[in-house]
Amino acid sequence: MTRIIEKRELVKDIHEMVLAAPLIAAKAQPGHFVLVMPEEKGERIPLTIADYDRDNGTITLIFMVVGTTTMKLSRLNASENLYALVGPLGHPSEIEDHGTVAMVAGGIGTAPIYPIARSLRERGNRVISIQGARREDLLFWTEQLASVSDEHIITTDDGSFGRKGLVSEPLKEILENDKEKRIGCVYAIGPAIMMKFCSLTTKPFGVKTITSLNSVMVDGTGMCGGCRVNVGGKTLFTCVDGPEFDGHLVDWDLLMDRQKIYLKEEKCSLDRYMEEVGGK
Amino acid sequence: MSGNEKKAKKEKKKIIPKKNPMPEQDPKVRRHNFEEVPYGYTPELAQKEAERCIMCKKPLCIDGCPVNIDIPGFIKMIAEGDYVGAARKIKEENCLPAICGRVCPQETQCEIVCTLAKKFEPVAIGRLERFAADYERDNNLIELPKKLPPNGRKIAVVGSGPAGLTVAGDLIVLGYEVTIYEAFHKPGGVLMYGIPEFRLPKKIVEEEVDYLKKLGVTLEFNQVIGKSITVDELLKDMGYNAVFIGVGAGLPSFLGIPGEELGGVYSANEYLTRSNLMKAFLFPEYDTPIVRGRTVCVVGGGNVAMDAARTALRLGAENVYIVYRRSRTELPAREEEIHHAEEEGIIFKLLTNPVEMYGDERGMVKRIKCQEMELGEPDESGRRRPVPKEGCYFTIDTDLVIIAIGGQANPLLTKSMQGLELNKWGNIVADENGRTSAERVWAGGDIVTGSATVIEAMGAGKKAAADIHKYLSDKEKQESVSWKVSN
Ligand SMILES: Cc1cc2nc3c(=O)[nH]c(=O)nc-3n(C[C@H](O)[C@H](O)[C@H](O)COP(=O)(O)OP(=O)(O)OC[C@H]3O[C@@H](n4cnc5c(N)ncnc54)[C@H](O)[C@@H]3O)c2cc1C
Ligand SMILES: Cc1cc2nc3c(=O)[nH]c(=O)nc-3n(C[C@H](O)[C@H](O)[C@H](O)COP(=O)(O)OP(=O)(O)OC[C@H]3O[C@@H](n4cnc5c(N)ncnc54)[C@H](O)[C@@H]3O)c2cc1C
Ligand code: FES
Repeated sequence: MTRIIEKRELVKDIHEMVLAAPLIAAKAQPGHFVLVMPEEKGERIPLTIADYDRDNGTITLIFMVVGTTTMKLSRLNASENLYALVGPLGHPSEIEDHGTVAMVAGGIGTAPIYPIARSLRERGNRVISIQGARREDLLFWTEQLASVSDEHIITTDDGSFGRKGLVSEPLKEILENDKEKRIGCVYAIGPAIMMKFCSLTTKPFGVKTITSLNSVMVDGTGMCGGCRVNVGGKTLFTCVDGPEFDGHLVDWDLLMDRQKIYLKEEKCSLDRYMEEVGGK
Repeated sequence: MSGNEKKAKKEKKKIIPKKNPMPEQDPKVRRHNFEEVPYGYTPELAQKEAERCIMCKKPLCIDGCPVNIDIPGFIKMIAEGDYVGAARKIKEENCLPAICGRVCPQETQCEIVCTLAKKFEPVAIGRLERFAADYERDNNLIELPKKLPPNGRKIAVVGSGPAGLTVAGDLIVLGYEVTIYEAFHKPGGVLMYGIPEFRLPKKIVEEEVDYLKKLGVTLEFNQVIGKSITVDELLKDMGYNAVFIGVGAGLPSFLGIPGEELGGVYSANEYLTRSNLMKAFLFPEYDTPIVRGRTVCVVGGGNVAMDAARTALRLGAENVYIVYRRSRTELPAREEEIHHAEEEGIIFKLLTNPVEMYGDERGMVKRIKCQEMELGEPDESGRRRPVPKEGCYFTIDTDLVIIAIGGQANPLLTKSMQGLELNKWGNIVADENGRTSAERVWAGGDIVTGSATVIEAMGAGKKAAADIHKYLSDKEKQESVSWKVSN
C-alpha cells in the first residue's frame, strides 16, 4: 500500500499525485518510471516519475485520464492508498553535455520532459523547450518548465495561447536557424504520433533525437515481452531496454498498432466502470 | 510376528495392478471452466491406494524424491487412517506438499522407481501426498512447528517462488528473522503467475504463504531488488546477515520469425501472467484485458505450452493447436498434462515449425505459416533432431499465437551486482549448497539451473537454508572465540 500525500487536478483530466515512496524517491532519476495499480482488481500501468523529493521521501506523478485505470486513479484522494507501486524502473535518461538541447513536450509529455530538462540544464546545457497542448486550458506546468529553460516556446493547436500549430513547427525552424549546429540533441516526449513527427522533422538535420516510448506493459521487469518494440530492426523491451530510444530508429507504426491491441476491451472496461460509479 | 507369519502375510496380500483413479471433472465440462481438474482422493480411496504399497525393506522411492520424503512412512500412516500424521511426516522434508502433490513430475521421480512399477502401475505417491496435505488443511488441523528462540540474525530472501519460500520456511523455525522481497504484488512466483488455477488453485498457494506468515516471515511486495534496493544495500545498510536469491528464470524467448510483433502474439509468460496473476480470465470484473482467440496456436511442447493451450480453451477458443517441431515421444510435457490436453480436445500439430506470421490491417495476427519437419539424427540432448522438409509448407488461420519455447535468465538483478559469477547463459553459478561467488549471497531454483521444477527449486532452497545456517553458526562461533581471545 502506498499513501497518497497530495492529489489535484491541474487542468481538465490531467492530475498530479504526490506519493509517499521513500525507497523510490531515494533512487529516482529523470527518465525512470513506476508501475501503478490503483486497487487489487486493477491493471498495472506505467507512469513516469515527474518529480521526486528525496528529503521528504515523495515522488510526483502526472497522468491524463484516458481509460479505466487513470480514471480510477483520478478518483482517489489524499490520504487514500494505492494498492501497488513498483519502481524505479527503466534506464534513467543519460544526462550529458550536448551544448544546446531542444526539449519538446506534447500534452502529458511535459511531465517526463521536466526533470530531464532540469538535469540537463544543471549539467550546463542550454535548454530550449517547446511545450505544446491542444488548447490553452490544457497547458500545465508551464512555469516549472520555463524555470529550467533558457528559451521556452508554447504552442497550441487552436492558437488559444502562444503559437498556433504543432510542436514540430518551431522545432523545424530552430533547427533551420541553427547554422552553427549548437543543438546537440533533441528530446521529444508525448503521444506516439507526436514523437514520430518530431523524429521525422529532426532526421534531415541529423540531430540525435531521444524519445520515450509508451508501450503497454505488464510486469515492467523484462519478464513478459509485452512491451516489445522494434528499434533499428531489433526487438527490444521498452521496460528494461528503454523507455528512451533513438527516435530515428523506432518503428512508430508498430508501436501505435501495439497500443491499440485492446481498444475494444478498454472501452468495455471503462463503460462498465463508469456505470458502476454512476459516472459523469 | 515370526518370520513365517510375516511371509504368510506378504503372500496373502494380492496386489491391485492399477492405481486407484482420482475422480476428476468431465473433460467436456472442464474445458469451459477454471476449476481444478482432479477432485483428489476421498479418505476411502486414499486408504485403498496406500494399501497397495508393499512397504519395501529398501524403498527406492525415497531416493527418487529430490527432497527425500519418507514416502513409505507417510503412506503407512494413511493406510492406518492417520491422515494428519501423514501430512506432518511429509512436512518434515517438504513444506509445500499440497503444491508438490499436484505439480511434481512423480512419474520421473519417486513413482518411476517404485518396486511395484516393475510389474504393475506404481503406487500413486503424488495423489497420496496431495490427499494428506489437503486433509490436514481442509480440516483446519495445520499446526505451527516449534520455533527456536530468536537468534538475532536477519535473512533477506529475494523472490517468493518455491525456492524462496522454502528458504524462508526453513530458516524462520531456526530463529532467524526472515524477510522475503517480491517484485510482484502477490507471492508464489510461477506457482501464482505461471501455473493456471485449474491445475493449482491459487487459494492453496495463498494458504501455504499464510502459513509462513503465521510463522513470522515478513513479505515485502512490489520490491524489485536491483532497482528499489540492491543486494549490496541489503547486506551493508539494512543489516541482513545473508541474502538468498531465488528470482526464477523470467526472460521469455521468441522465435525470431517475421510477424512476431503482431497483436495477438504473446509469450507464454505474458499470456499466463495476464490470465493467472492479473486475472484477465475474469475480465471485465478485473481490469487487465487479454486477447481471446477462436483459433489458437501454441508453439512449444512443454508443460508451459500445455498450460497456455488449456487456458486458451477455457477463455473460449474453439480450436487450439499445439505446434511442436518434434514428434509426440519427444514432447517434454508431463504425460498427465498431455493426456489432459488431449482429453479436452487440444489438437497436436507435430513435426511442425512456424516460419512466419501474417497480420490484418489492424496489426493483429491472422495467419501462421508452418513448415513440415521430419526427425533426423539425435542431437546433444539425445532426442532426434527435427529437420525441415524442403518445400513442405502449410498455413493455419489463427487469431491468437502463444510462444512457449522456454526462456533465459533475467539479467535485471544479476546485472546490478558486482562479483557475482554467472555462466554463459546468464544463470548464477552456485555450488551444491547454493553458495555463490559473492560473499554472504546464496542462490537457488531456476535462476541457477535454468527452467526446472518446483521440487528442484525447493530442494535447492533446503540446501541453501541449511548452508546459510551452518555458515552463520560457524561464523558466530569463530567470532566468539576471537572475542574471548582478544579479551
Ligand atoms: C514508460 C511509460 C511512461 C508513461 N508515463 C506516463 C505519464 O507520466 N503520464 C501519463 O498520463 N501517461 C503515461 N504513460 C501512458 C500510460 O501508461 C497510459 O495512459 C495508461 O496505461 C492508460 O491506462 P488506462 O487504463 O487509463 O487506459 P486504457 O483504456 O487501458 O488505455 C488507453 C491507452 O493507454 C495505453 N495503455 C493501456 N494499458 C497500458 C499499460 N498497461 N501500459 C502502458 N500503456 C497502456 C494504450 O495505448 C491504450 O490505448 C506512460 C507509458 C509508459 C510506457
Ligand atoms: C506455466 C508453467 C508451468 C509449470 N508447471 C510445472 C509443473 O507442473 N511441475 C513442476 O514441477 N514445475 C513446473 N514449472 C516449473 C516451476 O514452476 C519452476 O521451476 C519453479 O517455479 C522455479 O522456482 P523458483 O523459486 O526458482 O522461481 P519462480 O517460481 O520463478 O519465482 C521467482 C520469484 O522471484 C520474483 N522476482 C524476480 N525478480 C525479482 C527481483 N529482482 N526482485 C524481487 N523479486 C523478484 C518473481 O516475481 C517470482 O515471484 C512450470 C513453469 C511454468 C512457467
Ligand atoms: S512489461 Fe513485461 S517485459 Fe516489459
